[in-house]
Amino acid sequence: MTMRIELEARPTPSRLAGWFSPIAAIAATVLVGCILFSALGRNPWLALHAFFVLPLATPYGLAELLLKASPLMLIAVGLSIGYRANVWNIGAEGQLTMGAIFGGGVALLLHEAASALALPVMLLAGIIGGMAWAAIPAWLRTRFNANEILVSLMLVYVAALVLSLLVHGPWRDPEGFNFPQSRMFDDAALLPILWPETRLNAGLLLALATVAAAWVFVRKSLAGFQMRVAGLAPAAANYAGISAKRTVWLGMLIGGACAGLAGINEAAGPVGQLQPSMSPGYGFAAIIVAFVGRLHPVGIVFASLLLSLLYLGGESAQVNLALPSAVTGLFQGTLLLFLLAADVLIHYRLRIVRRVSVA
Amino acid sequence: MDQVVQLLALTLAAGTPLVLAALGELVTEKSGVLNLGVEGMMLVGAVTSFAIAATTQSPWLGVAAGILAGAAMAAIFATITLSLLANQVATGLALSLFGIGLSAFVGLDFVSVVIAPLPSLAIAGLSDMPVLGKVLFGHNPLVYLSLALFLAIHWFLYHSRGGLILRAVGESPQAAHAIGYRVVAIRYAAVLFGGACAGLAGAYLAVAYNPSWVEGMTAGRGWIALALVVFATWKPWRVLVGAYLFGGVTLLQFQAQALGVEIPAQFLSMLPYIATIVVLAFISRDAAMIRMNAPASLGKPFHADG
Repeated sequence: MTMRIELEARPTPSRLAGWFSPIAAIAATVLVGCILFSALGRNPWLALHAFFVLPLATPYGLAELLLKASPLMLIAVGLSIGYRANVWNIGAEGQLTMGAIFGGGVALLLHEAASALALPVMLLAGIIGGMAWAAIPAWLRTRFNANEILVSLMLVYVAALVLSLLVHGPWRDPEGFNFPQSRMFDDAALLPILWPETRLNAGLLLALATVAAAWVFVRKSLAGFQMRVAGLAPAAANYAGISAKRTVWLGMLIGGACAGLAGINEAAGPVGQLQPSMSPGYGFAAIIVAFVGRLHPVGIVFASLLLSLLYLGGESAQVNLALPSAVTGLFQGTLLLFLLAADVLIHYRLRIVRRVSVA
Repeated sequence: MDQVVQLLALTLAAGTPLVLAALGELVTEKSGVLNLGVEGMMLVGAVTSFAIAATTQSPWLGVAAGILAGAAMAAIFATITLSLLANQVATGLALSLFGIGLSAFVGLDFVSVVIAPLPSLAIAGLSDMPVLGKVLFGHNPLVYLSLALFLAIHWFLYHSRGGLILRAVGESPQAAHAIGYRVVAIRYAAVLFGGACAGLAGAYLAVAYNPSWVEGMTAGRGWIALALVVFATWKPWRVLVGAYLFGGVTLLQFQAQALGVEIPAQFLSMLPYIATIVVLAFISRDAAMIRMNAPASLGKPFHADG
């Protein structure tokens, strides 16, 4: 008699499994982390402590948690609207860079203007920059049927090179000893600090407001409803006259706008200038945030805190245990792989099958 | 003339990682599976081959390790998408992100380590021939291996029974299953083969083409390889042509500087990415042609009990 485990399709997807699988994925990732830390000759408890507890032990650490969670939730909530409609924008990192370039360009243009309008115009320019960069894959997809995954990803490399060109050339700080970076933004061009003595700025409020707006869009607006239908049942959407092109455009532009805003928030926030690299991969980490958060605005807020903690934990493990901070990227990827594996239980249940072998 | 000869030889060398990775992905996609994790598999192949070559002093062992590492990465993808039936697009992206993180982590100890690269194959007499000798001979053995791989894949897909079964699985897994072929096992094999090829492509970069380890050293070649498969409309010979065209484009940045052209380096570095976008849009515009050539079940999960 042989025993094997088979998958049996569930009649309806399990909501319980949907919310359980991120927890299972986090647990599995932590377990892998413990094994990895032990293999590197570190006490796994000390490593976990350094990773998940030490960063939050001070008010400054908490502020940093919220600071890094802001761009993650902002980008992820934008991407999630597209992902729900099967619009795969994975070039948010490039749209973030373009947002920083557009908004940062305005800041440099308004140098010493000390205008109260500087910041709003910068934020708007950042949003436009991200949207413009996302419009390229949207146009190529709707007009030429080109795969938006590959196009949006290629544009990440192009955006980084555009930024490099600018900070090495025309936008280089004239008093900057030839370092490839722009001059520091004026005070009028910086986001106000929310929590004194920390770096936490008003970008968090913009991110939270965007999350709320996204919730309203998805749940209450006709366009949001149409996009969900387009994702769940493309044939039905087509039959109901929901334009597939409009879905692609909306999905890409919303994702681009959010990523662009995140980009200018970084430039006008913790970075304070334009540098060759504006983010430690927030645009890619946000993809993980979107999935771990179940493409749901509330879930995304929690997931952004988790991924933010992974960034802080990597830094803390480096300082306290001399572990490479590159471990953050490894954990991000591991988490997403475990999550996708655990998601099988949303649509299927496990069944143990006993077969009597006929000899 | 000498410069043209030199350029052709360099193009062959620059196109080889794209040939390897794109041919592997082509076989994977012919079975109906879309693996977007090529970039991650290449990076893990590159770092593994470099680490093994550095610690054992044997570049060939490094190459073998790179192939195995690529296949191991593909095994993760296969388990999640074929056994656990996850979305292939999301899992492929996850595999790339995982590979980028894993390779950066493993590679920390190997940055700025120097290794003995894979020696070039000097064929007595042939390499010294004028013109052809320089273009075709005296390359790295992996360059010839990639050409042999092309011939083998072409023969397998279109002139062997195994290739017919593989294509049948990609076109109609239900029909193939009904006849009695083991769809999931065949897809596993195709995905592992694609991973091994991507690992080999990474190994070529790290121990032969540019013997070193640099974080993210594949610089998007895995994604370009994915675009090449579309560009080639799933035909091996067009993959070969496309790979050398793109290899030539990646060279332009170095050649233009050598010729003293006054263009900022960044503009030239953008060319391969922009060329990929333009070519992808050009080839995809005929949706009916793409539908006709793409394996019909590409990207769709298969569950036997129906």
